[in-house]
Amino acid sequence: MLPDERGYFGRFGGRFVPETLMPALEELATAYQKVSREQGFKEELAYYLKNYVGRPTPLYFANHLTNYCKGAQIYLKREDLNHTGAHKINNTIGQVLLARRMGKNRLIAETGAGQHGVATATVAALFGLTCVIYMGEEDMARQSLNVFRMRLLGAEVVPVTTGSKTLKDAMNEALRDWVTNVENTYYVIGSVAGPHPYPLMVRDFQCVIGIETKKQCLNVIGRLPDFIVACVGGGSNSLGIFYPFLDAPEVQLIGVEAAGQGLASGKHAATLAQGRPGVLHGSLSYVLQDEEGQIKLAHSISAGLDYPGVGPEHSFLKESGRVNYATITDFEALQAFQLLSRTEGIIPALESAHAVAQTIKIAPDLPEDKVIVINLSGRGDKDVETVSKLIGNYSGSKGQRHKGK
Amino acid sequence: MITYLTAGYPDLNTTIKLVEVMAGQGADFIELGIPFSDPIADGPVIQQAANFALQKGIKIAEIIAAVRKVRQCLSTSVPLIFMTYYNPILQYGLKRFVVNSSEAGIDGLIVPDLPFEETEELRTVADMYNLALIPLVAPTTPRQRLTAFRANARGFVYCVSVTGVTGIRNEITTDLASFTDRVRQCINLPIAIGFGIAGPHQATQVAPFCEAVIVGSAIVNLIAKNSDFKGMSLAVGSLTQDIKSALLNYKKTSCRT
Repeated sequence: MLPDERGYFGRFGGRFVPETLMPALEELATAYQKVSREQGFKEELAYYLKNYVGRPTPLYFANHLTNYCKGAQIYLKREDLNHTGAHKINNTIGQVLLARRMGKNRLIAETGAGQHGVATATVAALFGLTCVIYMGEEDMARQSLNVFRMRLLGAEVVPVTTGSKTLKDAMNEALRDWVTNVENTYYVIGSVAGPHPYPLMVRDFQCVIGIETKKQCLNVIGRLPDFIVACVGGGSNSLGIFYPFLDAPEVQLIGVEAAGQGLASGKHAATLAQGRPGVLHGSLSYVLQDEEGQIKLAHSISAGLDYPGVGPEHSFLKESGRVNYATITDFEALQAFQLLSRTEGIIPALESAHAVAQTIKIAPDLPEDKVIVINLSGRGDKDVETVSKLIGNYSGSKGQRHKGK
Repeated sequence: MITYLTAGYPDLNTTIKLVEVMAGQGADFIELGIPFSDPIADGPVIQQAANFALQKGIKIAEIIAAVRKVRQCLSTSVPLIFMTYYNPILQYGLKRFVVNSSEAGIDGLIVPDLPFEETEELRTVADMYNLALIPLVAPTTPRQRLTAFRANARGFVYCVSVTGVTGIRNEITTDLASFTDRVRQCINLPIAIGFGIAGPHQATQVAPFCEAVIVGSAIVNLIAKNSDFKGMSLAVGSLTQDIKSALLNYKKTSCRT
């Protein structure tokens, strides 16, 4: 079972943080190990996942998208239907229930697209905890709706103005906050990244996606799917759906990274494709960096994928060959965003649109008896403004707005 | 007294000259920070300095060359310590970094994001080339951790005065007496206290508990505030001198009583 007790997945993972945080990480690892086995905790988590988050999420047959591709059957794991609109809340509910048992009453979190921030702020509101969210200034501009949602939920949103003003810098700032306020503060990391035990813990909480998918596939198609496709930023939704299938070699797992404006442009977030092993945000994993070990700026149209690192277990799965990693450009993601909206009436998050785009690439070449499951990790309402700016007022959009009234 | 400079801020020539100034005013050790893009243990002052140096394209090899120059051209033999994060060292190559640093005249190494569990690889090489891998210890570090890394501590113990990042603070509220007692009971090395020491007042406040005080952000801040070298060297020199003499005074009075 990975990781080992030092938090390593093969040669990736570990704990690379200031000494001040080491006792807190040990405390967290011990508490998690103990609490996650308790029947009371499991029941409470299951209760909130069912009645508050709205799980299980459906596995939906995307009939029209399948017809459009004229190839493999395409199913959508509808994580976009979770309360708050993405898979992120699976993890925040789990971590915050743990934080409560550890007696921590102040939550901090970093956020990129704002989905993890909203999910944390939501659970903080639910349990009456203080909540501070660090968010890059640039992300605040492109995800202003989520900023408003977090504030509405009672969280303090702190703009991060250093570095690239995106997720990477928000995480730096959250770590600095944690070093300073470690006694009473619980840091809710939103991805399978960071120092041990976060990659393990977040994976465990997100595994509910894959466990449900497995069950649903057996019910609906009577067997496991042939492919599972999910986007990879830090990698939590993908690992959540992949993990329960790792020991089923007949299921091909495809992680999709953001190629931004193209790998050759240098403006991308394809860490596994273009990075090298290094240390960022507390663990050893693939990192986008220059020869001097300085972290490069990532680029993606999707704020949730705009990150120069990736969870250590993904690095391990890349090198072991169990998961294949592909890349999708901003342009391809935008097209998939529109295509899914029109064919299925489902507006995907730009992050998830990367997984849709990869599926559209491979589905036409596959026979009709093959099954692909896309992890539709989030809904796209948050991205509508960004997308409308990018694709402009194309055919009739103005008129339709008036018709609606 | 240990003083800190971000290497290459505002440029490497200034860094070299400031080493000379600080050594002349009584700095016993000098730390040179190698800039990293994501310094999670640093507050705004050192972050900005590192950022500035990186934007001007500073390279590790140039910093090592500057150290060689200090050793060759300046009369000072003040011990020099590199402070940087793990990734730049890792990418430069652990062994290459240690060998080049040691040959250039570096005496010690502080890596704030490398807790002792992860130090083995670097420490093994550092030991071979006589570079002290100096441990950082925090007020949150429990006795059992101190005992666990006792055998691996080299040089001195860098005690972080507060839970937090580097930066100037008005007050240090940590119970330094019990903190440093705990460290001394477990590790038989001199103690240096850093993080948050702004000037002579705080230096004498922490002096009873340690063999050395570390002044970082306060110095970098003076560099940021002065646009010409003359201003910088005056300001940095006088802060160094003020702290040094406050510490000497403190020593004299505490010996008498």
